[in-house]
Amino acid sequence: MRTLFHNVSVRRLISALAVMAVVAVMTGPAGSTETPTAGFTGSFAEKSSFFGMFETVRWVPFLFLGLVFFSVWSLWLSRGQQVKDGVAKVFAAPRAAAERRPVRWGIAVLLIVVALILPHIITDPFWQAAMVEQIAVYVLLAVGLNVVVGFAGLLDLGFVAFYAIGAYTTAWVTGALPLPPLFGIHMDPFFAIPIAIVIAMLAGIILGAPTLRLRGDYLAIVTLGFGEIITIFANNLYGITGGSQGTALIPHFSLHVGPIKYLWGLTPVPYYYLTLVFVVLFLAAFSLLEHSRVGRAWTAIREDEVAAESVGINPLKYKVMAFAIGASTAGFAGVVTASQSNNIFPSSFTLSFSINILVLVIFGGMGSIFGVVLGAIIIQTGSMYLLHTPPAGYQPSDLYVYLGALLVMMMIFRPAGLVPSRRRRREIRLSEAGEGHADEVLTGDQP
Amino acid sequence: MTLRREFWYLFVGGVANGFLYGMVAVGYTLVYGVLRLINFAHSEIFMSGGFAGYFVMKAMIGSSVPSGFATVYLIVIGIVAGGVVGAIVATLLERVAYRPLRRRNAPKLAYLISAIGSSYFLFNLAGKEFGRYSISVPQPYVNHTVFTIFGAPVQLYYIVILIVGVVMFLGLDRVVATTKLGRGIRAVAQDAETASLMGVNIDRTIAMTFIVGGALGGAAGFLFGLGTGVVFTMGFTPALKAFTAAVLGGIGNLRGAMIGGLLLGVVESLSVVFVQAAYIDVVAFGILVAVLLIRPTGLLGERLGRAA
Repeated sequence: MRTLFHNVSVRRLISALAVMAVVAVMTGPAGSTETPTAGFTGSFAEKSSFFGMFETVRWVPFLFLGLVFFSVWSLWLSRGQQVKDGVAKVFAAPRAAAERRPVRWGIAVLLIVVALILPHIITDPFWQAAMVEQIAVYVLLAVGLNVVVGFAGLLDLGFVAFYAIGAYTTAWVTGALPLPPLFGIHMDPFFAIPIAIVIAMLAGIILGAPTLRLRGDYLAIVTLGFGEIITIFANNLYGITGGSQGTALIPHFSLHVGPIKYLWGLTPVPYYYLTLVFVVLFLAAFSLLEHSRVGRAWTAIREDEVAAESVGINPLKYKVMAFAIGASTAGFAGVVTASQSNNIFPSSFTLSFSINILVLVIFGGMGSIFGVVLGAIIIQTGSMYLLHTPPAGYQPSDLYVYLGALLVMMMIFRPAGLVPSRRRRREIRLSEAGEGHADEVLTGDQP
Repeated sequence: MTLRREFWYLFVGGVANGFLYGMVAVGYTLVYGVLRLINFAHSEIFMSGGFAGYFVMKAMIGSSVPSGFATVYLIVIGIVAGGVVGAIVATLLERVAYRPLRRRNAPKLAYLISAIGSSYFLFNLAGKEFGRYSISVPQPYVNHTVFTIFGAPVQLYYIVILIVGVVMFLGLDRVVATTKLGRGIRAVAQDAETASLMGVNIDRTIAMTFIVGGALGGAAGFLFGLGTGVVFTMGFTPALKAFTAAVLGGIGNLRGAMIGGLLLGVVESLSVVFVQAAYIDVVAFGILVAVLLIRPTGLLGERLGRAA
């Protein structure tokens, strides 16, 4: 019995079946305190139809999937050199093409063109709204967090705080808060953009300057706490934020330049184009930043802080810079959301929001701008799809079960993400081989 | 509220909270000792202990409130249930979220992300399976004032926490100081590589550390749930505070975690005099930031791998 359990194949089979059992419970029906086992038993015993083709008890298809998973897994691990070479050859050509500048530009232009015509293809109001509120804005946020997590290697779990700061700043300067607006005038949300960016950046510097000296794991927990604190303040400072009731009547963006007058209203398409312009601007700026002196400094710090310091890079300065840039991007996204939705509530600025953005970055590939954009689009489209056409037994709050599991899966199987940045992948490989200290996090505690 | 009038009243409640923070903080400190990382998912171990205690109490307590020997028996059962489930969840966590990364010698950032992912997975799964609203735990006793200190009532609930906390800490202190397991934990904490050369089984020691820390966290979850009820998000705030307590006492330092917990509990409780109750979590956070900036090694200092 003992030797049986030590057999590699047996262990792999058990793992495969266990994974499928977890998936069955995740996708299964919900329970309650009165019936705490209903969710678990229902996940296996309940009858349901699969793809509308055949109706059966749930454990049958999941057992089948588990066996398929086991077979594929075993075959993949026992693949010969020929298969390895074949797979490498298939990926070699696109990978080499992706390195070439004209190809990269071509892809970028193509994507922009697709993005431009997309609202004319997808005319469903749900998806048009989702494209602005849940995809474009989240791409912006993910690209901002990528600067902090991907470029500088700092784990920021309080990203939502800066988003909230941006949103509340918009409410403030447009005169929607109990607090009197800046200079006593109700400004257009366009003017809120620079103000929100500056305030979010200042908040980032104030939080970052002292805490970025700390080890990375302490930074994660301090930012986590900061995110919660901002929500507590937003909830309780009635005289300033309007308290838990939130604040309403934030105006839409409007443009008055000479003869041109335009008001962004409730329809999502104009907002989509506006956000798209912002997204493209941010993407261009961060792409330039990645390969600039600053970007190289971040890479150096991430890979070996001591070595970076010894060649004259001030780690704290560049870490604060990354933190502030990330914060200001979130602040900017806050302006867009606040103005687009007209109202903001403290209850929407939760830790779950920060985690959601983190999942986009991790899934797409830390440090890879293209990967992060792609990851954000895939994940957000998926979660919107689940919201729009929920499968049986799915509740909106179950989303975080999936996202949490996805984070763990990515770390176990593909830590560099869907479209890894080349540099990042190399770092992880070196670190796993025991060379280099990339992402050590414990910078203050090097042995 | 004035400090003089309310001092003892707040002090008693603060000490009781402090013991709970300390019990959770020990879990952080132990895992930090052997793996050099913060176990972000420890809050979910706490939560699972709370739910385990709830279901056991619900199954065992009928319509009448027990008293006398039955109360003691039920509390022991609840603590064992919370501890066992906490230990099981901690073991699963170590197996699934940490061990594959350790095998691969993954960078530390990967551990943090994996831990956050499992934390999110666990508490939202609990929400899905057990409902997303707060429920109060059936009480194994009639909570009443047993005696008073300077006019401040000391309730039975506080006395239970005090007894359990003291017993667990003395027990853990002895285990780490005298047993073979304790020596293993200390050896791995000091220098994992050398420890393995000296014949310490690192995998087993790390697994046992998670079990010990998980058992204490789960038991604390049961006691916490007894007082404030259980809900799927119950782990978050107490765990953040317990982490603060661990840092306050000096992470890696067992007695420090205990003292840090008590200190944080009392200071937080007394701060109600100066700030509104809504901002009580802000006080704990402020303490965390202040400690990290002024004395990152904590009050007693980091003491990885030495007896307490």
